[in-house]
Amino acid sequence: MRLAQAIPVVLGVVLVSFLLTRALPGDPAAYFAGDAATPESIAATRAKLGLDKSMPEQFLRYCGDLLRGDLGQSLSTGQPVLDELTRRLPASLELTLTALLISCGIAVPLGVLAATRPGSWVDHLCRVLVTAGVSLPTFFTGVVLIYVFYYLTGWAPSPLGRLDFIYIEPPTVTGFLLIDAALDGDGETWAAALRQLILPALTLALFTMAPIARMTRAAMLSALSSDFIRTARAAGLTSRKVLFAYAFRNALLPVVTTLGMVFSFTLGANVLVEKVFAWPGIGSFAVEALVASDYAAVQGFVLCMALLFVALNLVIDMAYSLIDPRIGFDSK
Amino acid sequence: MTDATIPAPKPASPRRQGSFDHIVYVLKDNPVTMLAFAMFAVLIFAAVLGPALAPYDPLATDAAIALQPPSAAHWFGTDNLGRDVFSRTIVATRLDLLISVAAVAISFVVGSALGAAAGYWGGWLDVALSRVLDTIMAFPLFVLAMGIVAALGNTIENIVYATAIINVPFYARLVRAEVNIRREAGFALAARLAGNSDIRVLALHIFPNALPPMMVQVSLNLGWAILNAAGLSFIGLGVRPPTAEWGIMVAEGANFIVSGEWWLAIFPGLCLMFAVFTFNLLGDGLRDMVDPRRRT
Repeated sequence: MRLAQAIPVVLGVVLVSFLLTRALPGDPAAYFAGDAATPESIAATRAKLGLDKSMPEQFLRYCGDLLRGDLGQSLSTGQPVLDELTRRLPASLELTLTALLISCGIAVPLGVLAATRPGSWVDHLCRVLVTAGVSLPTFFTGVVLIYVFYYLTGWAPSPLGRLDFIYIEPPTVTGFLLIDAALDGDGETWAAALRQLILPALTLALFTMAPIARMTRAAMLSALSSDFIRTARAAGLTSRKVLFAYAFRNALLPVVTTLGMVFSFTLGANVLVEKVFAWPGIGSFAVEALVASDYAAVQGFVLCMALLFVALNLVIDMAYSLIDPRIGFDSK
Repeated sequence: MTDATIPAPKPASPRRQGSFDHIVYVLKDNPVTMLAFAMFAVLIFAAVLGPALAPYDPLATDAAIALQPPSAAHWFGTDNLGRDVFSRTIVATRLDLLISVAAVAISFVVGSALGAAAGYWGGWLDVALSRVLDTIMAFPLFVLAMGIVAALGNTIENIVYATAIINVPFYARLVRAEVNIRREAGFALAARLAGNSDIRVLALHIFPNALPPMMVQVSLNLGWAILNAAGLSFIGLGVRPPTAEWGIMVAEGANFIVSGEWWLAIFPGLCLMFAVFTFNLLGDGLRDMVDPRRRT
């Protein structure tokens, strides 16, 4: 049921990314034919790309190509865009997921503590973090962290990519270097990959912490002031049980909703962080493509990100019914 | 009780007096908002007087004084071409604020018009608008902005349009909700009965009610729009190199951070943070005034 609701959104996303190509200034055929194009070769490219057809027909063609997994060729690398994206996606996902783990690991306990002790130093820390965190430009945080931890203290390795070149990449299983190195049993490479990962992940995490902490605190405050908590306390349940089994579970729903929004921001911020740390993910691929006016690549990237986000929202909706059994999609 | 002896003031003044008192009261209670207004004044000052305040020409290069650390002559140091970082940072204020104010103004107008129409007339218009907004929101917004700039062409105007497009849904949804709940309200029905046209009722009677929450949204949005525009120019979109702009200055400075020339990137970055921080504080403060219950 819920899957069916995602279909119009996916269609809309595909339509927008199709329209983005058609909005290209100038003649796409002349552009794809290259610099040394003659009128004949441009006409041939036009026919090859199907640009001489009507708009609806072109759109159907585009959808057909997408279904076959054909996102076109990247001009700058000469590879199919899909291959480039799948090769680089694990690097981006590893970074994003690590960052989200770090920020949830810090922000959720902080929000809970701030809500249970209003007015304490934890509460003030939470407020400062929330206000400062949303004002931090990710790329700037990244630059500051590099300066402090690489240049000043020398604790972090040079901010260039996922693995220092003196280490050999572990055999690719999942594409996540940490998991691959662990599977390979190579502790040294694992530690090296972790050292490279920590700064960019921290940069992203700092950025995502604020909305999560803010929402956790607000949701916990409203849950803790509700009648069922008072009843549970009056019934003599331990404060631990009241806090985690009753209040936290009810506060989780808005927090998970916020996570969806935060993920959207993270995907965008990913592009910036990858550029700062020369991280070989899809974000830096898109930036290179943008600079080189490599249009098919940018379009593939935008589409890929949007689909990822739609999929995540689906997962979050499913998570709702796990957290709160009252929410059922079949009953609506 | 004693009020009865005091002659009744003119009908309009108690309300105005009351809301003004309320604002003063809230401001006294919340010095942070006062600080935010002061910071906002500093930003406006720098934006309006920018070039007049700058001690040096922001574009003048001088290889003899390249990459000098901050000193009495050059407060923020000099960059790799010997340009004065302080002058560039000050001058950049105007451009950054212009981009974000223009973008937010466009999305305010477009979003209000679309949202008000959808909320007032409903029907297919409402359905169609919701679909379009859902589609825009289905994209990670920064990524969509990148795509739009890539498609429209790499200019500053297109940065403004892209930022405006990704902000429209927030305004349209807010106005739609505010208009929708007041569509059948007594005062709206009375205004219509008195012979006002639909457009007039919508624009003069219903829409003004949506303005207070919209102002909060504008303030919070401005900070986000600055971040967005600076992020786009950081990855090389929109603003071209010799121009002074915070995002591009951080991008240029980032190349020197690994060799320890920190002042190139840190100062413009701090100014960017200052601007975003100001708008966020201002937005939170305005929200406290407009709707104290939503305070978190």
